[in-house]
Amino acid sequence: MKKKELIVLHDLLGTNKKIAATIRGELGGRGILAVNLMSSPGAGKTSLLERVAERLQATAKIAVIEGDIETERDAERIRAIGVPAWQITTGGACHLEAKMIGKILPGVDAGIDFLFIENVGNLVCPASYELGEHIRCVLLSTPEGDDKPKKYPKAFTTSDCLVLTKADLLPYLPFDVEKVKKEALGLNPRLKIFLTSAVTGLGVDDLIGYFRSARQELKDRHA
Amino acid sequence: MHELSIIAGLFDTLQEEARTHKAREITFVKLIVGKLSGVVPDLLESAFEAYKKGTIAERARLEIEEAPMKTRCRACGAEVRKEDFDIICAACGSKDLEILQGTELVLERIELESDEPESPGSP
Repeated sequence: MKKKELIVLHDLLGTNKKIAATIRGELGGRGILAVNLMSSPGAGKTSLLERVAERLQATAKIAVIEGDIETERDAERIRAIGVPAWQITTGGACHLEAKMIGKILPGVDAGIDFLFIENVGNLVCPASYELGEHIRCVLLSTPEGDDKPKKYPKAFTTSDCLVLTKADLLPYLPFDVEKVKKEALGLNPRLKIFLTSAVTGLGVDDLIGYFRSARQELKDRHA
Repeated sequence: MHELSIIAGLFDTLQEEARTHKAREITFVKLIVGKLSGVVPDLLESAFEAYKKGTIAERARLEIEEAPMKTRCRACGAEVRKEDFDIICAACGSKDLEILQGTELVLERIELESDEPESPGSP
């Protein structure tokens, strides 16, 4: 019997990162900006997407991938506004992985301009899995409280933008927008921050403007 | 709780290593888990213990080394170990920090037992 020690140095998320890099490259090469939306359940990812999609689809082609543990409900909501949507039901898994996106992509129109991926509602696990996105957005709704960035740092340190949702409820809640901004920027100085409401439409156009310029930058990089 | 998916991936790698090196058993597994890796060492350990039954690593001992977050300031060059996740240089106040360590999730090394000596150049 031989005893042997092996230095392996294997990245345990390496397989997912590789698949994500391939997806990012393929989408980028076709001028498609992929956006990964992460938040806790009920922060308003689908409602925000509805408002963004309603306005954006007038001038751009978009598609949506919805991740949930169960049901087609979110995909149905997106289809109801005339945007093609695919539902991934993970059957219990708390996050999407790049290979799940890879399975859907062959069926998605190659001529779209934007692909939005709504992750499973969870402020922890999705942060560890790249999906091939160019922009990662973390959403935080005002009822969740203004103490979240430091409690769930990874979602904030790995994101490109923070979307504060349900701003229409601010008059009724002890939610300090400036405190959140400061705390989130402390974790990630590059974070772009938007204050939005899916009810009043506040901030939706600014967010769309941000996605548009990110897509232009992506196209310039791949030109 | 994505620790179980990570452990499932780890066991794929362990099986592969065991095949490559004609191991009859894996006896030791060492992981490095960064403080900002997004996984909880205790949960990884529970997942490992639950998953190992009936596998080539059934009797393996797991060691987890937690790696602190270390940053280097691109402005003044200061390298520090950070106890919080705030991206600001304690020396000069710059927010342009490079993360050197703390995000990793790595299978560092394993120990195995095999019946035959390794022939050089074998796959």
